[in-house]
Amino acid sequence: MMISAGIDMGTQRVKVAIIKDKQIIAQSQNFSGFEPAKVAEQTLKEALESAKLSREDIEHITATGAGVNMASFADSTISMMGADAKAGAYYFPSARTIMDVGAEDARAVKCDENGVMMDFVVNARCAAGAGTFIEAMARALEVEMNDMGSLSLNAERASPINASCVIFAESDVVSLIHREEPKSEIARAIFDAMAERVSSMVNRLGVTPDVVLIGGVAKDVGFVASLKRRLGIDILIPEEPIYAGAVGAALVAAKRAKRRH
Amino acid sequence: MTNNNNGKTEYWRWLEYRKSMPNMNWKDAKIVTAGVDVGSVGSKAVIMLDGEIYAWSVMRTGSNSSDSANKALGWAMEGTGLTLKDFQYIVGTGYGRVNVPMANRAITEIACHAKGANYIWGPTVRTVLDVGGQDVKAIRCDETGKVVSFLMNDKCAAGTGRGMEVIADLLQIPIEDVGKVSLSVTEEPEPVSSTCVVFAKSEAVGLLRKGWTKEKVLAAYLRAMATRMSELIEKVGCEKDFVITGGQSKNIGLVHRVENILGIKRLPVPNLDESGRDPASAGAIGAALFAKALYEKSQNVRG
Repeated sequence: MMISAGIDMGTQRVKVAIIKDKQIIAQSQNFSGFEPAKVAEQTLKEALESAKLSREDIEHITATGAGVNMASFADSTISMMGADAKAGAYYFPSARTIMDVGAEDARAVKCDENGVMMDFVVNARCAAGAGTFIEAMARALEVEMNDMGSLSLNAERASPINASCVIFAESDVVSLIHREEPKSEIARAIFDAMAERVSSMVNRLGVTPDVVLIGGVAKDVGFVASLKRRLGIDILIPEEPIYAGAVGAALVAAKRAKRRH
Repeated sequence: MTNNNNGKTEYWRWLEYRKSMPNMNWKDAKIVTAGVDVGSVGSKAVIMLDGEIYAWSVMRTGSNSSDSANKALGWAMEGTGLTLKDFQYIVGTGYGRVNVPMANRAITEIACHAKGANYIWGPTVRTVLDVGGQDVKAIRCDETGKVVSFLMNDKCAAGTGRGMEVIADLLQIPIEDVGKVSLSVTEEPEPVSSTCVVFAKSEAVGLLRKGWTKEKVLAAYLRAMATRMSELIEKVGCEKDFVITGGQSKNIGLVHRVENILGIKRLPVPNLDESGRDPASAGAIGAALFAKALYEKSQNVRG
């Protein structure tokens, strides 16, 4: 029996996954907040409680994510791209291209059948290609962030909007609301713009099927619809894509623990 | 900086202004033209009498481009007795140039800024940095103010006036003061790591929490902004004389840093009250000059 854990220190949320003999047995998440180090401890504790385990039962913990250094209790670290590749191949063994869209960045990773990363591209410079965009636009449109996706699916077309930048889109949205443009069409414009950014990023890498989408934004039906339309291919999404980084890290942890046996 | 209806201080809101030359009379002029520059953030109107600046206004652009054009020109005309039919030719320019209802023609703001800079500073101008509300342009021009080449960033708020407004509001520093305040730091801090306004905003919040002063955070943001636009200028090639136009030409914190990075000084801003040569209105000035040239051309063709 082998139990390991992965912790993903995201810019917005901290995620923990515990796996036992390659099966996920617990997952938990919290907002990173002002003290991510404390949140990391707390999130691990919660995951252990739900798995009815104690800290001593975990053989190895691997950390990943933007705030990886904040998880001081981890035994080792893995790059975000490495974790993405492992997780993608774990959920879908046929995965060759894995896209990860998080709160503040987006990545695409190419991997082989063993989940070994071959190549990657990153966008961490522009908020219009990440989840923050949806959040800011939901605020401007005065709708719940989780309703943005289904709202956009009602639209036949997208509003004309400068959606290449969150700041510009914010001011455009104000005038569009003023002109009584349907919110659904504005929402669709937002997702189309995000999909455009993410697809032009992944196109630099080359799209090899099967394509897997992970990260918190993979849960958004509006974004997924726009991305599928833009790429013109089917996209595989795990049931809980937000934990993918943590799961990937836990898989790496399992391998590293085994090596020491 | 103003207070809105809810009594909330709006640090980003800059002051609108208008002026006309008291010693000029449009009735003595042969050709009355106007340039109307509807930018994403500011709308500018310049009225010229035989190619000399007579009256001008700078206002915030509202949610409707044609309304903003009407308001800006209307304000410039205020008190002069001019009516729209007194103009021989009007040129619209800027982000909203296709929606300038009274214009005889629309011309791109790139051509207008180069032309305007040539008028404001004279024929030695070769490189124009225009920092507007929603875009940053680096323009190379010849001694007649004709565009030779240009580069533009219009897809991202990083380094634009709109981005500056967002940061001023976050730090609660009146937009008119950001430049001066940013220069009050004793030592220049490292620039913020991302020029994306959204990320810079979160980074700024983090730095404030770490105990950085507002001045220091502002300096770090302006440093990043200046670095970004200096890269744009270097790509187009910076040749003397160098000038800065657009609303952010008033931001001395930005100007100082750009000069510092490029190792070149901009030509000083002329006395506005004496000549109306306002770098923020360079686009509208260029448009009014094009209006004059186009009118003369139409007369020659007919004659």
